[in-house]
Amino acid sequence: MTSTAPPTVQYEAVIGLEVHVQLSTETKLFCRCSTRFGNTPNTNICPICTGQPGTLPVLNQQALDYAVRAATALNCQIHPQGLSKFDRKQYFYPDLPKNYQISQYDLPLAEHGWLEIEVEGEAAKRIGITRLHMEEDAGKLVHAGADRLSGSTHSLVDFNRAGVALCEIVSEPDIRSAAQAAAYAEELRRIVRYLGVCDGNMQEGSLRFDLNISVRPAGGSKFGTKVEIKNLNSFNALQRAVEYEFTRQVDCVRSGERIVQETRLWDEATQRTISMRSKEEANDYRYFPEPDLVPIALDSNQIDAYRQRLGELPAQKRHRYCGTLGLSSYDARVLTDEREVAEYFEQVVALDIPAKQAANFLNGPVAAYLNETRQSISQIKVTPEVSAELLALINQGIISNRIANELLPGLFEAGGSPRALVEERGLTQISDRGQLEEIVNEVLAGESDSVAAYRGGRTKLLGFFVGKVMKKTAGRADPQVVNDLLQSKLAEQPTAPPPEPESAAEPPEAPPAVEDAPLEAATEAVTAEAGSAEAITAASEEPDTPVSHQDAHA
Amino acid sequence: MIDREQVKKVAFLARLELTEEEQEMFTRQLGSILDYIAELQRVETEGVPPTTRAIEVNNVVRPDELVVCENREGILENAPDRAEDFFKVPRIIED
Ligand SMILES: [Zn+2]
Repeated sequence: MTSTAPPTVQYEAVIGLEVHVQLSTETKLFCRCSTRFGNTPNTNICPICTGQPGTLPVLNQQALDYAVRAATALNCQIHPQGLSKFDRKQYFYPDLPKNYQISQYDLPLAEHGWLEIEVEGEAAKRIGITRLHMEEDAGKLVHAGADRLSGSTHSLVDFNRAGVALCEIVSEPDIRSAAQAAAYAEELRRIVRYLGVCDGNMQEGSLRFDLNISVRPAGGSKFGTKVEIKNLNSFNALQRAVEYEFTRQVDCVRSGERIVQETRLWDEATQRTISMRSKEEANDYRYFPEPDLVPIALDSNQIDAYRQRLGELPAQKRHRYCGTLGLSSYDARVLTDEREVAEYFEQVVALDIPAKQAANFLNGPVAAYLNETRQSISQIKVTPEVSAELLALINQGIISNRIANELLPGLFEAGGSPRALVEERGLTQISDRGQLEEIVNEVLAGESDSVAAYRGGRTKLLGFFVGKVMKKTAGRADPQVVNDLLQSKLAEQPTAPPPEPESAAEPPEAPPAVEDAPLEAATEAVTAEAGSAEAITAASEEPDTPVSHQDAHA
Repeated sequence: MIDREQVKKVAFLARLELTEEEQEMFTRQLGSILDYIAELQRVETEGVPPTTRAIEVNNVVRPDELVVCENREGILENAPDRAEDFFKVPRIIED
């Protein structure tokens, strides 16, 4: 981010993120209690996670597995020093029953990784990852007698969350803007969801962000004084906190004030960051090795096995969709946002549907339906097989796009075979020239005034005639054949009408294929970019106003 | 090696109240422990891999299987104060 004010120096933001990712294990990191969100307070507790004397923590295999998987996906080296250990981070706070948190200090599980972000209009960029370590979550405090901490008479503690497995992922200060910060956080969420190691549920706090931000003259190499911002629970909050804090710090520097190294809280209500009084000993955690847990030391075969099992990640899919499949970067981004959607898309393409057609279908009507019904793609009755069958019917010329559009609501509702439905309901496209010629003749005979107007130069009326033919055939006519027939019929007996002054200037134009708007264009969910090439608004009956008194005949 | 002020700070961080005599005693005792460590630190360790534990055991894990603790009530009852389902703690003073 650079400031736009012209007078003096331009500034840039230097941003690093710490992200806490809650691992999707059944049980806590060091005990066998449930991790279920929303249970009655203090039902997911036991002697271990409430810090009773004499209890011993034992590491959850699944949590370790998830953490190594995440680290591998983030291109990290797994304990580059040969092993990783747990440490006690000591501080007193009522949400921490043992008065220390089991975390990792100098030998984290993984280090030296990176992930790639894509911001609209910028080249893809790698953001370094300093480290990834495992730690346990704290409990939840409810402040009684007041909305806030200050003014409360006492506090209530729920330890259901205490001891839940977290991964803390710390980035390098490689992020330069609010958009990049959001892109980083979103990509991280996408990756952990792809891996299945975290549900990514922001409302339940499965992902939490802390932000480190400083400013410096653009392009400089020295770091300014950094400020830490906590309490960011959405991508939106993250982005706005960066924007607010950047402006605040630049103003500070410009007016000659000193920036204080401190922790600030994002206040959602006022959309500002607020200074927290800093406690002098706050950072004196006196870490020491956790004596009750043994180190983690994976051998190179185990680490390789994690790499091999990883599967294709979002960035790799994006590259492949653009490169090999020839999709736009927009389509690639939308399709790979969720693994389920990407896999659905790949299954449709594997059934011989062109990638661009499948992409438009998914990003158009399917996305709109999912949005409307709040379902996930794996739940719907239009399976990849159903989609491929429907699109193949269009490609084989058996049905028109318009018929496909008409079939879709029923398919979403009840599923079933599009081919069977087409046969059963007699919706097969009419491509027979002779059969269509008869209908075209009938239509033209009944619209003599419009025919005259067309021949007088109002060639835009072609769409009107196409519409009439479609109406007569209940949408089953092959639009290409109808267009051909109409054009040749209307050109047949050129009388010489007095040219209308306005229309004489109109150049001859290609027939508008209005009646066969592609399937993917039939929904508002198609964005300008996705639909621009083909998106003619959904099949309209009256593409141009016919000569008005003709309406009586119709 | 260690002075009285450092002992007082460590005691404060650990929320320990020490009498004058205890401060004196711990300064002396901690000093002698630190002297011993200083002696160890003079050992040549070039090329010796770091050790985090005295036993050669790594990767002790348990399966991710839920076992509900049967003594939830006992844990809540054992706390100095409770309010129904919650543990109740005194007002948290930010200072
Ligand atoms: Zn427990």
